[in-house]
Amino acid sequence: MSVAVREAASSEQSAKGSRPPAAPRPGRGAAARRKSPLARGGWTPWLYLAPALVVLGGLLVYPVYQLGLISFLEYTQAQVSGGEPTTFQGFGNYATLFGDQQFWQVLLATVLFAAACVVSTLAVGCALAVLLTRVRAVPRLALMLAGLGAWATPAVTGSTVWLLLFDADFGPVNRILGLGDHSWTYGRYSAFALVLLEVVWCSFPFVMVTVYAGIRAVPAEVLEAASLDGASQWRIWRSVLAPMLRPILVVVTIQSVIWDFKVFTQIYVMTNGGGIAGQNLVLNVYAYQKAFASSQYSLGSAIGVVMLLILLAVTLVYLRLLRRQGEEL
Amino acid sequence: MSSTTSTTSTRPTGLASTASTATPVQTKGFVRGFVRRSVQRPWRLAAEASALLIAAVVAFPLYWMALSAFKPAGEIESTEPRPWTLSPSLDSFRRVFGQQEFGRYFLNSLVVAVTVVAVSALIAFLAATAVTRFRFRFRTTLLIMFLIAQMVPIEALTIPLFFQMRDLGQLNTLGALILPHIAFSLPFAIWMLRGFVKAVPEALEEAAYIDGASRTRFLWQILFPLVFPGLVATSVFSFISAWNDFLFAKSFIISDTSQSTLPMALLVFYKPDDPDWGGVMAASTVMTIPVLIFFVLVQRRLVSGLGGAVKD
Repeated sequence: MSVAVREAASSEQSAKGSRPPAAPRPGRGAAARRKSPLARGGWTPWLYLAPALVVLGGLLVYPVYQLGLISFLEYTQAQVSGGEPTTFQGFGNYATLFGDQQFWQVLLATVLFAAACVVSTLAVGCALAVLLTRVRAVPRLALMLAGLGAWATPAVTGSTVWLLLFDADFGPVNRILGLGDHSWTYGRYSAFALVLLEVVWCSFPFVMVTVYAGIRAVPAEVLEAASLDGASQWRIWRSVLAPMLRPILVVVTIQSVIWDFKVFTQIYVMTNGGGIAGQNLVLNVYAYQKAFASSQYSLGSAIGVVMLLILLAVTLVYLRLLRRQGEEL
Repeated sequence: MSSTTSTTSTRPTGLASTASTATPVQTKGFVRGFVRRSVQRPWRLAAEASALLIAAVVAFPLYWMALSAFKPAGEIESTEPRPWTLSPSLDSFRRVFGQQEFGRYFLNSLVVAVTVVAVSALIAFLAATAVTRFRFRFRTTLLIMFLIAQMVPIEALTIPLFFQMRDLGQLNTLGALILPHIAFSLPFAIWMLRGFVKAVPEALEEAAYIDGASRTRFLWQILFPLVFPGLVATSVFSFISAWNDFLFAKSFIISDTSQSTLPMALLVFYKPDDPDWGGVMAASTVMTIPVLIFFVLVQRRLVSGLGGAVKD
């Protein structure tokens, strides 16, 4: 594309009112000098974006639409095999779902479990990030590598390893704690606690590494000034570090909420598909069981929609927080 | 705020003292001066001791996994578990690689993960360039859409994706695992790559054009090599999500076990009532090692990349 054509294309665009959002400017000459040459792209950015938009449209937006659609239909094995036509149910599936005692129980368990995971992960991650800044290279490297190891461990692997560690007969933990052949997966709360430990183990390193990177980016002068002014360690953390790290803390919190709300593999493997009589079900596993174990695809989709809406709400809160911080996207 | 300690003078010159102007690649603020000044020796020793202790606790499950993989059968299923073994054996590994087509599953997992990483890295690079180097209409809207897309729980989409893959004739093929994972790793990759693309100075771009380079040439011969380290760091996340995938493998690979991947193969050894712990741990070890290697290799980039990704 020649420069002239490109210029023409972009001026045509701005004539249509699609001026770049940077700021209204009087002349194009000034604008061109202020911005990089690439910035006058015309259609080029859309060309670069095309593959991403195609993939996301086909494999993310379309399935979300389908998910919503299925949740309003009657969709069981008969419809899947084509034996019966699909019928529109309106909010019938949702009515069934919300009338089910188990759904509310699972929803409550999911929210509480996710909250416990997020709080524990953040507490452990932040504490260890601060610890990392206080030690010399060797202990720091040791902790960093151990953390990376836990982070890198696949969820399936981590789940089975933790099961072995807490195994009633052959596990070392019961031996160390002198618990005999106490079974951790039998009781509802001890099973949840075991899964929580595994989730925290494999997700705190992300928080630790990110917050540590954030603390390292805080200029030493600021901390020194605070320390010269006689601020205590706690005061420095509360009044200097925490406010400067706020954007990072927001990001890791939201990421943790999203990840922990969606825990699937750990629950599925460690409690063998949701625990005894479904006592350890969370929404994700519940939706999976409804859809693929009992072929109630529309109910499973309705559960998926509920999850989607909850996470969307979390995202909107996140965007508000970002905006309040005056972040430029 | 002038620095008085010698440690702060090691900060590279030219880095402004506000965190927001530090680029992800060269983020190097030091808190050591602060630490050295205000933490007394016994406290630091205590901190270092606890750091080492915590590192040991965190690493213990991995140690136990590898240990159990090498223990002879009688020692694993013993009610007196010992944290060492005097007669390491490869029996469990032999069982894993012998009993079924484990090598095949390993290869399948590798094909899925590598394809996802390569394709999503390329697509994300182009998209990240578009949203950082250009100003165009709907740019902010797009960025917000990417952010929202990142939040979509992929597990919730298993049901519609199942039907979509069936209609595309991809069920029971590796494509059913590759396609969704490319889509799901894109938003986060774009979001994280932004920091790396932004870090390349615009002056470089102008110089390239003045020297007569075309836009395509700048993109692939100048920008791409400069962003490549960031691309590698970003790849960790897509690699992990593809390598670890359990739900899609379980749902989409239903009848053709030759297309199965490692997580499914591992669970063959894990029967809830009577697990073959040696086999499970040997398979787990084999499955964990590639990710571990990848992580250690990109560790540096990862730390600075995360710092950059969340800061902008």
